[in-house]
Amino acid sequence: MSKVAERILLRHRDIPGLKKFDIYMKDGGFKTFKKVVSKKQDQNEIKNIVHDSGLRGRGGAGFPTGLKWKFVDNNNWPHYLVVNADESEPGTFKDREIMQENPWQFLEGIMISAYAISANDIYIYLRGEFWEIAAQLDKQIKKLKKEGLLGENLFGTDYSLMIHTHLGAGAYICGEETALLESIEVKLGQPRLRPPFPPVVGLFGKPTVINNVETLANVALIVEKGSDWYSGIGTDKSAGTKVFSLSGRVKNPGNYELPMGTPFRTLIYELGGGIIDDRPIKAIMPAGASSSIIPVTEEVLDTPMDYESLPGVGGDLGSASVIIIDDTVDMPWLINKTMDFFKHESCGKCTPCREGTFWMHKLTERIQRGEGSAKDVELLLDVANQVSAKTICALGEFSKQAVITAIERFPQEFEDKVGEKISFGKTEG
Amino acid sequence: MNKLLQNYSKEIKMIMAKYPEGQERAAVMPLIYLAQRNDNHVTKDELADIAEITGMSTTEVASIVGFYTLFYDEQEGKYRIQVCNDLPCALRGADEFLDELCENVGIKVGETTEDGLITIEGVKCLAGCHNAPMFQLQSPMGIEYHEKQTLETALELIKELRKMEGKNE
Repeated sequence: MSKVAERILLRHRDIPGLKKFDIYMKDGGFKTFKKVVSKKQDQNEIKNIVHDSGLRGRGGAGFPTGLKWKFVDNNNWPHYLVVNADESEPGTFKDREIMQENPWQFLEGIMISAYAISANDIYIYLRGEFWEIAAQLDKQIKKLKKEGLLGENLFGTDYSLMIHTHLGAGAYICGEETALLESIEVKLGQPRLRPPFPPVVGLFGKPTVINNVETLANVALIVEKGSDWYSGIGTDKSAGTKVFSLSGRVKNPGNYELPMGTPFRTLIYELGGGIIDDRPIKAIMPAGASSSIIPVTEEVLDTPMDYESLPGVGGDLGSASVIIIDDTVDMPWLINKTMDFFKHESCGKCTPCREGTFWMHKLTERIQRGEGSAKDVELLLDVANQVSAKTICALGEFSKQAVITAIERFPQEFEDKVGEKISFGKTEG
Repeated sequence: MNKLLQNYSKEIKMIMAKYPEGQERAAVMPLIYLAQRNDNHVTKDELADIAEITGMSTTEVASIVGFYTLFYDEQEGKYRIQVCNDLPCALRGADEFLDELCENVGIKVGETTEDGLITIEGVKCLAGCHNAPMFQLQSPMGIEYHEKQTLETALELIKELRKMEGKNE
């Protein structure tokens, strides 16, 4: 397996100065956007290209992007494109690099996407902490207006387009797409019941497509080079490349763009340089704090990182935020950390998540302090299982993932911590 | 008299223009940021000003301030050093970094220095996991990332902030 295949999203690492407008233009920048708008290319054609490319949502869910676009209700206007730049999953830091270092390709991607769904306004929802990136984007949007690439009646057509940035203010839940919409409308950032789905009733009650930064940063090149080019990269069902955010107990943490289906071993050992102090690797969390904890075996290291293969080893690809756990890390400590996060970030709307994360955190805290008993671990597992499938959004689901898999897959560590045998299967209410 | 509107009329006009007619309440979060620009927190008067501009009740605006972690309704440090000690950063020494930093400054985690200048606290993931230990500096000027930090670089920053404030006095 070659180390670096073609880079699509992190092209700034190959083309010096790509962050500068002139250099992006020299590289053929905005040619595709100009072409589709001035030739009044049929919107359905663009939707089909993206659909046929096999591009799937990079925010974590992996939903086919072109299909989402096709759901947009054409009997209700106006349409909106909302870009999810709320990147807040512990272990994820890819959208930040894309927006910071390859901003024009990102902007061209969202502009073509807006045209494809017949939207005249784009809102980029950035987490409040990305204050500097928002300021940079505001300048870049101004520049695009000046260059005649944004504004009214573009290239003499009747198509108009504007981009607005909108800053969140520190709430993980707002990365959930309907909570994000609520947040722009300034209700509390809490998820909506679905259906209706956003392509039918979205922002300000209008049809809205919400896509992740990384997803849309692919679009300009897909429309330029065609669906076959993109679907030829990666695997059959997981097309294209993916930016893997590698963090934790590894020598060279960072973002690595690789074809879908690259095995863990390549990421962790070839590119990541292996484990700090060459210690043994113990576990992988492939999808950030929301992840199942996968105990590492040779088979796991050879598993291709794509949407289809991960469930086979007891995990999910999610947003591909790969957190590496070595033998210095205790599982009781680890789940106390993830529970601290989810307790803090639960929005409070659904009782099982609000109460469940609160009590799970109390239990993990007690166990981690060394004051827990086997009963506490059993109760913890019981609460975790009861949160499951009872909440409007996925946060509740995410919160119990690490807890359940840590206890079930590393029971010894919990028994050592509480000093007694844990009995599984016996759950009391 | 709406002081906020008076002080920032140009900015507020620009903010309101971002959102469609009838959706003025969407401007609340940008307006809270604007109000915080002064001293890193929103006062009761400012809550009322924002409510008036957006046609909401003061209580509704206050609930937004309460919901989001970057909004504050109490005066604490003018500068907030917010160290990420979430899982990925903690795996790279963020907890120890936070404790050491506080110890050196002479406060506990979450506390503010006696001169009212600096609050140091632990926060959730800031999307800088590969550059831990790292923190963001939240100040009246906005938010700035400081990555790949050591105790020395962080203390140096605090020294600079103090020097800057001394000059301004």
